[in-house]
Amino acid sequence: MTVRTLANTQVELNEEGFFIDPNQWTREMATELAIESGVPTPLTDKHWQVLDFMRKEYFEKGTGPTVRKLGKSSGVTVKELYLLFPKGPAKLAARCAGIPKPRGCV
Amino acid sequence: MAVRPKKLMILGAGTGGTLAANRLRKTFDNDDLLIDIVDQDNQHIYQPGLLFVPFGLADPEEIVRPRDRQLRSGINYHQAGISSVDIEAQEVLLDDGSSHPYDALLIATGSVLQPEETEGLTGPGWMETVFTFYDMAGATALAEKLEMFRRGHLVINVVDMPIKCPVAPLEFAFLADWYFTERGVRDDITITYVTPLDGAFTNPAASATLASLLDEKNIKLVTEFNTGEVDGEARKLIGFDGREISYDLAVVIPLHGGAAYVNESPGLGDELGFIPTDNATLQSTVAPNIFVLGDAADVPASKAGSVTHFEGEVLVENLEAFLAGDELPAKFDGHANCFIETGFSKALLIDFNYETEPLPGHYPGPVGLPLLKESRLNHLGKLMFQWFYWHGLLPGRDIPGIGAAMPNAGKRQPAEKVEA
Repeated sequence: MTVRTLANTQVELNEEGFFIDPNQWTREMATELAIESGVPTPLTDKHWQVLDFMRKEYFEKGTGPTVRKLGKSSGVTVKELYLLFPKGPAKLAARCAGIPKPRGCV
Repeated sequence: MAVRPKKLMILGAGTGGTLAANRLRKTFDNDDLLIDIVDQDNQHIYQPGLLFVPFGLADPEEIVRPRDRQLRSGINYHQAGISSVDIEAQEVLLDDGSSHPYDALLIATGSVLQPEETEGLTGPGWMETVFTFYDMAGATALAEKLEMFRRGHLVINVVDMPIKCPVAPLEFAFLADWYFTERGVRDDITITYVTPLDGAFTNPAASATLASLLDEKNIKLVTEFNTGEVDGEARKLIGFDGREISYDLAVVIPLHGGAAYVNESPGLGDELGFIPTDNATLQSTVAPNIFVLGDAADVPASKAGSVTHFEGEVLVENLEAFLAGDELPAKFDGHANCFIETGFSKALLIDFNYETEPLPGHYPGPVGLPLLKESRLNHLGKLMFQWFYWHGLLPGRDIPGIGAAMPNAGKRQPAEKVEA
């Protein structure tokens, strides 16, 4: 675990850079997280559509959605998701949205 | 006073549906519980056997038996497709026009392959230079293709998770290495394993072991590749991120989803057609009288026969309690157990659950099969398992020492992490 300061607030991240407590996240932190994750900034409305959806799903279901589920239900196609969050939309969107890494399937 | 028998409807007569029906028929008298089970065909495939078909190590006929013959007497078998489930009316509609009311519903319709969901996958080259071994037609056609394949680039690609038996694609790679070596053409063939995961496998410990095995066998590993398109004319996989991988022969594990009727049944499934299910009790979260067994559930366990087998015990106990109006007593721990065929008559065994990753040691106790380590014993175990499947697992017999809960006795626990 590491403690980081984002948007003047101390937050706790795990080894992979994901939030341990999603309640520590605020919208002001998203851009800084995006820049570190290689997500093109400034964040657009489409980015926010995905980030909001990630958080909603996380709080409803206990895990963020996978890319496939995002493509089926976030209103953004998988192709677009890869333009918005290159190299792994579910993982990068989860990091920017301050939720844990979406539970992969075993 | 005679009480009306309760009605249990089971959807799917594969591994889960069959073993649950047989266990419940042993537990309940016909006067107490009517058991109906439905499936769209009468061919029960021993799915682990599909891996061996492309290499001529299993005959298609050997691994298929009639579904109805695997059921104890007193279980009503219907052969029909499922149209939909009406959760409110507690009724199943079949495509022969019949409707079946139920007191309890058990969903065990597994997962289906959805190759058409990936652009170009079923286009030019499908079943010529692009195959899957995840169904009988594909496995059989691939056997012919492999026999003629003597040089070039073999690419094995998992499009996305979840898939049935997540170790099977790795086993395919290991067996391909063995097969081409035996035929004296291994030096003329490059094998590449292309996965959407960030390593060879999902669990970190097993992933490291499996990655070093790939390396030893000179199988290249490409990770975090999400196949967006298969260009069959140019013979290349194109990733959503723009990366391209050329192939001469591609063995693709297509996307999986739930059975088609799930999407026709309002409120039953999630976006992918899997049923939201409590991880521990296996009761669906969509209705208290719907239970889910095996691949059809959205629980975070492997979609594998061993999981279904271990879930079976928990499920039967909970269904009994539900029908009696009691609290659900049994808790599934996510126990999975997989033999991983590594070629040259050896195999690896892994054993894990929701919380514990695969550990080294022995299974099921200190004297047992070696874990996370190649051995001939594991290979024999894998071969013997087919007999047990038909004669022990499906009829619902218990084997001493092999139970639902994951054992720890023979395992080497990782050293306690020291707090800094």
